[in-house]
Formats: sequence, C-alpha cells, structure tokens
Amino acid sequence: MTKIITDVVCPFCGTLCDDLEVAVSDDGEEILEVYNACAIGATKFLHSQAKDRITRPRMKQEDGSWKEVTYDDAVDYTANLLVDAKKPLMYGWSSTSCPAQGVGSEIGEEVCACMDNTATVCHGSTLIAVQDVGVPSATLGEIANRADRVVFWGGCNPAHAHPRHMSRYSIFPRGFFTGKGSKSRKMIVVDPRKTDTAKMADVHLQLEQGRDYELLSAIRVAIRGEELPDFVAGIPKEEIYETAETLKSGRFTVIFFGMGVTHSLGKNHNIDIAIMVTRDLNDYTKAAIVAMRGGHYNVTGSGQVWGGWQFGFPFCLDLTRGFARYNPGDSSSNDLLVRDEVDAVFVLGSDPPGAHFPVRSVKKIAQLPSVCIDPHITPPTSAVSKMHVPVAFVGVEVGGCAYRMDNVPIETRKVVEPPEGMLTDEEFLQKVLDRVRELKGGQHNHDRVSHQKWFCLRLFRGGLTETKWMSLSKTARSSMQAMSQSRPSLMPLA
Amino acid sequence: MTVMAAGVDVHAHVAGPKVNTGRNFRPEDKLFNTTAGSGLKRMEGGFSVPTVLRTAYLYARMGFGFSMEAAMPPLYARHTHEEIRDTPPIIDQGALPVFGNNWFVLEYLKENEIENTAAYIAWLLNQTKGFGIKCVNPGGTESWGWGMNCETVDDVVPYFDVTPPRQIVSGLIAANEYLGLPHCMHVHGNSLGEPGNYEITLDTLKIAEDFKPQNDFGREVVLHNTHLQFHCYGGESYASKSFESKSKEVVNYINSVDNISYDLGVVTLDETTTMTADGPFEHHLSHMNNLKWANTDVELETGSGIVPFIYNPKTFIAGAQWAVGLECGLFIKDPMRAYITTDAPNAGPLCRYPRVYKWLMSAKARDDMLDNTLKYGDKIRERCYIGELDREISLYELAMMTRAGPAKTLGLSHMFGSLKPGLEGDVAVYPYNPETDTDDPEKIEYAFGNAAYLIKGGKLIVNEGEIVDMGNKRTFWVNATVNDNPMVERDISEKFRRYYTVTQNNYTVEGEHYVRNPYVIEVDATK
Repeated sequence: MTKIITDVVCPFCGTLCDDLEVAVSDDGEEILEVYNACAIGATKFLHSQAKDRITRPRMKQEDGSWKEVTYDDAVDYTANLLVDAKKPLMYGWSSTSCPAQGVGSEIGEEVCACMDNTATVCHGSTLIAVQDVGVPSATLGEIANRADRVVFWGGCNPAHAHPRHMSRYSIFPRGFFTGKGSKSRKMIVVDPRKTDTAKMADVHLQLEQGRDYELLSAIRVAIRGEELPDFVAGIPKEEIYETAETLKSGRFTVIFFGMGVTHSLGKNHNIDIAIMVTRDLNDYTKAAIVAMRGGHYNVTGSGQVWGGWQFGFPFCLDLTRGFARYNPGDSSSNDLLVRDEVDAVFVLGSDPPGAHFPVRSVKKIAQLPSVCIDPHITPPTSAVSKMHVPVAFVGVEVGGCAYRMDNVPIETRKVVEPPEGMLTDEEFLQKVLDRVRELKGGQHNHDRVSHQKWFCLRLFRGGLTETKWMSLSKTARSSMQAMSQSRPSLMPLA
Repeated sequence: MTVMAAGVDVHAHVAGPKVNTGRNFRPEDKLFNTTAGSGLKRMEGGFSVPTVLRTAYLYARMGFGFSMEAAMPPLYARHTHEEIRDTPPIIDQGALPVFGNNWFVLEYLKENEIENTAAYIAWLLNQTKGFGIKCVNPGGTESWGWGMNCETVDDVVPYFDVTPPRQIVSGLIAANEYLGLPHCMHVHGNSLGEPGNYEITLDTLKIAEDFKPQNDFGREVVLHNTHLQFHCYGGESYASKSFESKSKEVVNYINSVDNISYDLGVVTLDETTTMTADGPFEHHLSHMNNLKWANTDVELETGSGIVPFIYNPKTFIAGAQWAVGLECGLFIKDPMRAYITTDAPNAGPLCRYPRVYKWLMSAKARDDMLDNTLKYGDKIRERCYIGELDREISLYELAMMTRAGPAKTLGLSHMFGSLKPGLEGDVAVYPYNPETDTDDPEKIEYAFGNAAYLIKGGKLIVNEGEIVDMGNKRTFWVNATVNDNPMVERDISEKFRRYYTVTQNNYTVEGEHYVRNPYVIEVDATK
C-alpha cells in the first residue's frame, strides 16, 4: 500500500507549483513516485531518497579526505569561523525557507557579516531597476485570468527553465476572462535564439544579441507612433510597429523577462526600459511585467525577508558597521571575493561553484575558511569548503514558507522524514546563533555603537575622511552639509 | 508626568506585501537613518517605510500597545503574518483583509445575498487569520484589472456590472452586522484625493443610515471611514483658486449621526511613501509626480500600488491637505469617534504622530506653521477652515482620540484604551506636565514621542525611556462561526479549482510559524 500526499509544493524553481501529488511508502519513510511535477521537480524529490546521501557533517582533512564530525562540532566550527572573521561573507539563502533566512539574518547581524543571495548573479539587476523606476506587476493568477498578450523577453525560456509556467499561468490556462486558453492569447517571444519557447510563439522577434535596450526603446517609440529607422536590433521597423500595435490592442498585456536582459550588456538599464514600456502601455490598456525569478525556489523570499522587513535592502547587504548598508558593485559577493575583502565564507542554500560564480571567485573561496550547508549529496561547493553540513531538504523533509516569483508566499510541505538525526537548516542556524552569542559574551553591541558614531560623522560629511574633507572648498563643505541635513531623518526623535 | 492607557492605532500600514515593496524599492528611504543595535535593540532603518524592528521600537517610544495593519491582501496573508511575527513582540497586532473588490463578494452582493457574503467573510477571516472587513475603493480596484476605475458610488464595475460600489459598501456593512464582528466595516471610499470628492464621501457615509450596530463588544458604530482628510476636498483642481476644504460639511454630517467613526490621516509635510490597495489611484498619482510606481494586482481579490510622494510645504496643495487633516480632528463634537492617524505612511510617517498631537493641541503651533513654514499660509486660511478654528484638543480628548475611541471601534474596549480596572494593564507614562508644560508646543511633541515608561500586559517594557523588555506579542484574529453553507463551500472550491493559482489547501494560514501567539476572538453568528 502507498499513501498519496496531495497539494505538495515543489521546491525547485520560483514557479512553486503547489498541485503535486507524492506517493510515499506506508511507513511514510520513502518517496515512491511524484505526480504532476516537471522532470526537474520530480528529480529533486527523488534525489532526497538517494542511498548514498551524506547524513552527518564532515570536515576536510589536510590530505583532502573527509572526516565525519558531530553536529555540535559543526556548530562550533561555524560559529567560531564567523566570530573570528573580520568580515565574513554569508552567501546563498535562496534554497531555504524564510524562517531559516530570518535566523540567518540575526547571525549576520551578530557577526557583522556581508550577506548576499543568488540575486547577485541573477535578477539583482532587476531589483536595482525596480528601485529606479518601480514595477507595475500582477500575480500569476491575474495573468491566467486576464492576459491576452503574453511576451517572453530576453533569455526567458520557460519551456526548459520553468517547465510548468506556460501550462499553469501564462499560455494555456483557461482563466475567467480567457476561456479559450492559448487561443485567447497572442504569444510573442523576443530572443536571439530559436528556443523551444520561441517555436511556440505567434511572433518571434529574433533580435541581435545584446540589443534588447535598442529594441525596447524602439517599441516605446512605436507605441507613441513616432518615426523609426528601417532596422532596430536587426528587426525591420514594420515588425516593430506591428508588435507595438499588438501590445496596445490587448486587454491585458504581460511581459515576462529573464536572464538574457538582466546580465547582458546594459543590465539594469534593460529592465528599466522594459518597465517603462509597461508603464507606457498602461496609458492605453492594462499591462504588467513579471521577472521570471527563481532558479532557486525561494530567492524571492530572501529578498523579501532582508529587503523588506529585516534590513530594508534585498541583496548585497553589508552589515560590517553594525547597521545595514547597500551598495551593489561594492558589497556584492563576487566583488568582495575578487578584491580579497572577506576572510571567511559561509554558504547556505546555493551552490556558487556549481552554478553561478566565476572561477576567480571560487578560487578565493577555496583559499578561505569556509563552510557549506547543503542537503545535496556532493554539491560542488563542498569540494572547495572546509566543512560540509548536510541538512534536511526544505519542501521535502521539512516545511517552511517560500515566495513565488510574483511574491506570493506559499507554505511548502513535509512529505517524508529526514534521515535519522539530521537537523533542518533552521535548527542548525539556531544552534549557530546561540553559540555565536555565547562566544561574543554580549560585549559586541557596545563596539558597534561607537563604531557607528564615528561613521555618522563621516556620513554627515558625505562619507569623506578627515583629510579629504578638509581639502574641499568651504562652499563645497557647506553645501554637502546642507544636503545631508535637508534629508528627512529620524534625528528629532532619536 | 502624564499617565494614559497605552495607545491603540486603528489604521497604519506597517506589515505586509505593499509595505515591504515600499521598503524594497526605496533604498533612499534608509539614507542617513540606519542605526546599529544597542541594548536589547537590533539594527534598524527607514523613515517612511521603516523595517519591522524600527516600527516596533517607534510604537514603544510613542507608548502604543496595539496596532491594526490596515490592509491585508488575503492571498498574501502569510507574508503579513510573517512580518507581524518578526516585528519585535512589544506591540500586539491584527490585520484587516480587504474585501471591497473580491469576486466572491461582488458576485454575492450582485444578488444581494448577505448571508452568503457573511459566510464567505467568516471563512476568509479564518483562513487568513484576519480581524475584520476592510473595503478599499469598492469596485474600483477590480475595474483597475482592466485599467479602469470607479469614481463615484454609482459607477458600474465592468463584467460584475450590476454591483456598483453603493451595493458593495452597504452589503459589507450588512454582512459585518450579520456576523456581529468586533470591528465595524472599515472603508476607504471612492475617488480618494480627488478635488470635489466630498460629495462622494457623503454619499458613502449616508449608506450607513440604514444600519444599527449589532455586536457583543460594545461597539456603537457601523462604519469607519479611514483617512477622512483625503476624502474632504471641494473645488475642481488642486490650484489655490479652485481647491477648497469641505471638512466642515463632512464632519458636521458625522456629528449629526451616531453610527460612524473615522480617522484623520493628517498630512505631516514630509517625504513619504504612499501605498494603498487603491491601485488606480496610485497609477493616477504616478502621473502627477512622475516618480517610480509599483503596482500588484492580486487574483480574484484586490490590487495595490505604491508611489513615493513629497508633501512639499512650499506648495499650496500640501499645506491645504495639512489643514484639512487637522480640521477633521478639530470639528468633531464627540472625540470618541475621531482618531488621530497619519494613515502611516500615506499622509505621513508613523514617527510623526506626536507632531500631529502638537498641532491639534496647540493653536499657537498651527499659527506658527501657517505664518512661518507654509509658503501659502494666507491662501490656505482663505480656502480652508483652519484659520477660524481656535480649538485646542485637551489631554482627555487626546486620550479618547488615540486610545479609548479606537479601542471601542475595534471592539477591544474590554482590553485596551482605558485605565479602569479589569483591562489588560497597558499603561504609558509621558514626560509631560499638564500644569507647567503648556507654554511650549514643542514639549508636547517631545513628550509623546519619548514615553518614559510603557507597561504592557502588566510587564515593564520601557523604563526611563529605554526598552528593557521585548514583551510577548499576540496576534489578534476573529473566528466567526456561521451555519453550514454548502453553496458557499462549493463556490469556494470551484473558484480555487478553476481560477486561483494556489490550491485551496495551500491557501490556509496556519501554524505557530505564522501566528505564534494567537488571541482568537470567537464570534457566534449561527443564531
């Protein structure tokens, strides 16, 4: 006999499909089959069942071999590593639950870490664009029920990357106002490659690689009915006018975009203008734009936990001064690593060497004291780390909140028990936090405050050092002071 | 020293998806005001949209014990509860889910099915751990799903066409009284912020004439009109030759009835972040100031928009809005029905509450603003009523407008808002001497922003201005029991099967992880 567990949430990508059914053995110990999931999602569930899974933390020996240690040793090693470091980097956070991210934030604050999530090599430029121009958006259900013009722009290839996106949300569903499913929608794909998604499209604009900004700009021009040159980004102007007309004439237009615009030439400016196209379209019809986020299912959640309620910034957090600073390019993990600015690395819920970091950064990780907290069997990060701590799979062996690409929070479900004695990442982090506090002995806050007073003085002077400050002209100094005073601040209440 | 019951905030946006989007997309809001932790406090930051940590510390410093999150999109209820959980436990909280554009509600009210509406509301409050009924721009946000709006109470909602806002508001009041919820229907009417909208406001308020309060919580009102300031405008444009205040007309109407309460939503003349479930309004606003605009439409339920805004004292209109807000507080005859808010952060940040108290309590402070700070002080005296008002709110009236009144309208007067025996033991002590400190209005602002002591549930939280204990937060929600209603149950499962992108079983907010320390108010509507 098998038991079927319904309404299971898939902890693979940011699509967070929540209609999976999982067959487990009668004793609830083993996953036998996964229904409704795409190939990637099903594999994640089945991967957790591997017989050769590592179930205890292990420490790398000098000869490169691994030695099994207890969780207590791992907690102690991790806490000491973070406390001893002057500027530790705590990276990842995207494949774990929000409560774990919350505990991680507290650790980062205690040890004055630099904290970063996978957005830094993914949709970080989207976050910056949103800070520049905002984002008119909608939930995926709103799109399923209303959208009749669907654009997949720039390296966004749901057929492979978010396999159930089109069937659940964007192209095929028969929504309330879109009763004919895909027949009630016009699908436009803008991609230099002839992807499998592009093959399905009504219109495929095969633009020259790296020319997204030009084409988006041309669409804005065409929406306004102004003159265009004969070709923009390799697309004839007639096609651009036609596309603009298609977008304008819809009842509800949605633009999805992916990594092809976020990390090609122009980066956040590409998103800026894509958002502005959406904004312009709202003067004619209804339009929304959604980032195809979440190669890690909860990268959106870590942006919400930090970027919103804990610190106010979604990624590239620098807590080293005792309060939160945010300066992508300076406080982003790759920049910190290649500039040799960090002296310890902590990775959780991501796999920088396996997936996204350039080898220059990976080499630095290998040279530093480092810990990798990851449920997978042998994640490439463990190969360059000194300590590997296996934890339970969130969404398979423990529940926890995750945020979908449209920021909708969904509680993932526990399907089977983790291997005996294995900690969840939240439990492990809580132990680390307690140990860090023990090691710090409470003397830390005082240092932070005096440090901050010093820094406030510098802020007041535009962040300049004493020598630099004195070298400025008197007018420049007074105008900078006036500028900093005119900001609404909490000073009167402080 | 002045001793009062701890404050009760009836309407503030302090937790949830749109507040978080505001924080997320405004790094500039944190410039020069992030601070390190000290003592028990963690690091904090943000001015108009502070992090949850600063929010709680601010409430403690202002001597508040309870805060109502003003708009929770049901689909995002988990997010709201996660933020409430992570808000330091100094303050008790609750959240109002939005209903004014919900498809279930629109469909039931189209047929005037009050019982079904009530059954659905009871189900949703239970699913989202919500406190009461919030209604934002009834019908307008659903129209915004197609890029349109409902500007008056009789505009027609596209597709749901026989359900004009008039029907939505009256239907929701009826359902609220049918259930006998602790709080009344909490409305943000149509055409917020539009010159000439006071007539629409009066139309909305008059809907309440047909209803009487029915509840076991001592609540005497059936409708709460939030941030009334934004709904009291006359004239045809924002220009000084056309715009005029209609606060007197609106508040006089409220004075003439006894079943309506409101909060002020005073503009504090700061750079702030506007955020509301009124999606079309924020779109309109983004065209006025051309700043960044975020919007999220939520399937089957609601929408929202966020735009940064600068209430510049050098402009006529910001000054006039400031005046209208204060007039709303000064024309009221029964201070138990007018509550002081800034609709934080829409009209002004949370930290400005004490400044609003100063303006209400001191004519001198108001004159000083009109003469010295506002560029168009004379024009504002001419176009608004502020010049003819010399009323100064007393400390007793202040206690009614910030504690006793809100507690009563929320149906929590048996717990909060007063110093009489048998309540929760929430007490705030302010360093203000009513005998000697009347000379300088600045002393009011200082005192109410720097509580010397705060006692919450009998526990000392603030001692001599320092936070010494983090308290033990409760999340308030209302569990209304209704008779079995197979039709509504069927409609719910049908909608989830066909139109929602989450399954019904994954919609429910439950578990300690979201609501760590629940305080459930049971309501029985089965009779």
